[in-house]
Amino acid sequence: MKFPRAPRVAMLLLSLACVLLLAGCQRSDDLPFKLTNIRGHMPDLQFQLTDDNGKAVTAADYRGKVALLYFGYTHCPDVCPLTLAQLHATLQKLGPQSNDVRILFVSVDPARDTPAALHAYVNAFDKHTVGLTGSPGAIEALSKRYRSAFTREPSGAGGNYEVTHSSAIYVFDQNGHARVLSANAPPEDLVHDLKLLLTGGTSP
Amino acid sequence: MKRGFALLACVLCAGLVHAGTAPHVSASQAWIRVLPGALPAGAYALLRNDGDKPIALTGADSAAYGMAMLHRSSETGGTSRMAMVDAMPIPAHGTQALAPGGYHLMLMDAKHPVQPGDTVRITLKFSDGSTLPVDFVARPASALGG
Repeated sequence: MKFPRAPRVAMLLLSLACVLLLAGCQRSDDLPFKLTNIRGHMPDLQFQLTDDNGKAVTAADYRGKVALLYFGYTHCPDVCPLTLAQLHATLQKLGPQSNDVRILFVSVDPARDTPAALHAYVNAFDKHTVGLTGSPGAIEALSKRYRSAFTREPSGAGGNYEVTHSSAIYVFDQNGHARVLSANAPPEDLVHDLKLLLTGGTSP
Repeated sequence: MKRGFALLACVLCAGLVHAGTAPHVSASQAWIRVLPGALPAGAYALLRNDGDKPIALTGADSAAYGMAMLHRSSETGGTSRMAMVDAMPIPAHGTQALAPGGYHLMLMDAKHPVQPGDTVRITLKFSDGSTLPVDFVARPASALGG
């Protein structure tokens, strides 16, 4: 009576092996990225927010572009401007191809970051940057979707508060699929991977 | 009596020199990243201590800004945070930079709009009571260095 159990376990193991094999194939199939490959590990780009022109937008509005998702806030005088300045330098290295890239700067401080404030801010860095803001719930949902934590803590004087936020840059392809993640990687690696995505792997 | 007075004068003078311009600290590559509107700006510089003793930068002030604070950005487990710090040590015969992503001065409440190309004087304050006026060059938001 115990007999039929063995084949069942064998089948299970076999199918598990198949899944692992396929997963392995998919990874080795992928473009030779230098950054952390997150294909299949992070969900497709999805959000409902307001852009820096005050227009309601969704992720679908950026299909056809390679999108760089970065969480920050304008009252961040050091790290956010450094990251945005580095992204500007990265896009400059891409030349005309940079027109097919969008930097999506999502504010984790929607109380202070109005579309107008974001507009002036993002345009001070790179014309391919879109500032995004929205309801605290919509922003939290997006940050949770990519397991990107942020906190806000009061810091006393003049109602100021400090925000801690994820420093990662999430890169999505033209179809909105998550592809690579840059966390303090050398800027050259991002240039390399963006070129791969922009050419579909034909030129690194 | 006369000699005692001269000695006292000397001590006072020495004290004044001590509380005056930092004798062994110099600054170079001083710049400010200018952000739009009334947003706080970060100020950076390379500080060199040619003295035999370590010294620490403890603060700054500028007539151009309502407030200047010493801050430090740090990165742990993929998360950036910024915190106020009391001092930035500069080793004896060594250097320490105020640089993007690390120690920096956070400048708030600009008295007048600061434009890229402007020079802004900021007085640095040190642990021994000395000060050092430094001219910082304002750079555009997208600048990567001074």
